[in-house]
Amino acid sequence: MLLISCPNCGSRDETEFHYGGQAHVPYPENPSGLNDREWAEFLFYRDNTKGIFAERWLHSTGCRQWFNMLRDTVTYDIQSIYPMGAPRPDKAAAAPESGTASTAADSTTTGSAAPSIAATSITSTSTAPSTAPSTTQSGTTAPEGATK
Amino acid sequence: MANTTALTGINGLRDIRRSPASHLAEALETGSVPGKVVLKEGPFQTMAGVRVDPSSEEGARIASVTGGLPVRCGEVAGREGVSVLWLGPSEFLVVAAEEAHDSLGGDLIGSLTSALGDAPGQVVDLSANRTTYELSGPRARAVLEKGCALDLHPRKFKPGTALSTEVGNIPVTLWKTGEESFRLFPRASFADFLGRWLLDAMREYASPEVP
Ligand SMILES: [Zn+2]
Repeated sequence: MLLISCPNCGSRDETEFHYGGQAHVPYPENPSGLNDREWAEFLFYRDNTKGIFAERWLHSTGCRQWFNMLRDTVTYDIQSIYPMGAPRPDKAAAAPESGTASTAADSTTTGSAAPSIAATSITSTSTAPSTAPSTTQSGTTAPEGATK
Repeated sequence: MANTTALTGINGLRDIRRSPASHLAEALETGSVPGKVVLKEGPFQTMAGVRVDPSSEEGARIASVTGGLPVRCGEVAGREGVSVLWLGPSEFLVVAAEEAHDSLGGDLIGSLTSALGDAPGQVVDLSANRTTYELSGPRARAVLEKGCALDLHPRKFKPGTALSTEVGNIPVTLWKTGEESFRLFPRASFADFLGRWLLDAMREYASPEVP
């Protein structure tokens, strides 16, 4: 049983959560322009990482909010928990993402800046650099609330 | 509000309304151990699910109807006769007495709906969505601890706190109303299961304690 630290509710049993798959899978900029193979790869193809993996979780029995997690798939060690829309904290220095997972937008509003960031990055990559500073900020502050 | 007197008893429907655990009434009575732990199904309540951004203008309008909105997980806000439980950063459960319902002469749902207006959010009448179990007594915490992973120790879980969690593996909103009293809100379809689960968990306290 994992103890997962929800950013809203604190430490809760794993059974209160639902797994949302790999995080940071950008929604295609122009979905109708994809061929079948590209579309299938967007929908179904995911990394199978051995080690640190960025994934989405939903606190379904509690606050019903989504968040991201860095988890070691070998040791189950949870390294970081950070908001939807924020970049991976261990790759914060890397180039800003061109998009975020679509779940950020259709999940409920969190009151943070995350949904609007997600919304802008879905519609256009040109807005990504302007939102990057704020996402980087939240990305660096998020790990403080993370579990060991 | 509309002519509520015309709706008195909702054309007789109120009289035949049955609570989700009414069939367990006798079992709850016999399964309770007065002085140790007592389980009852509470009366009908008016409940409304509210989704609104609490920092927005419409959030402030809703808050003025309910007497405030809770700010963080566990908090319960409200005013005399109305409680607002925190379900999420922008999701709340408003709980009041049955008479507060618009069909019985009250105006809670209507005033919440008009407070929200056309703004983004929702007000949904959830009065029939959940039932209420009232669990009380010095062993009430021990009963809950058999199926709830939260830290229920009084140093952590204070009266006036409500948390959405799992009790007996089903989703429940657990509201600590007093030092030794809890209110559990399972969805109606889980009422039978949770009632029987709690009765089973209470059974050992009917026997003399083994030192
Ligand atoms: Zn939560």
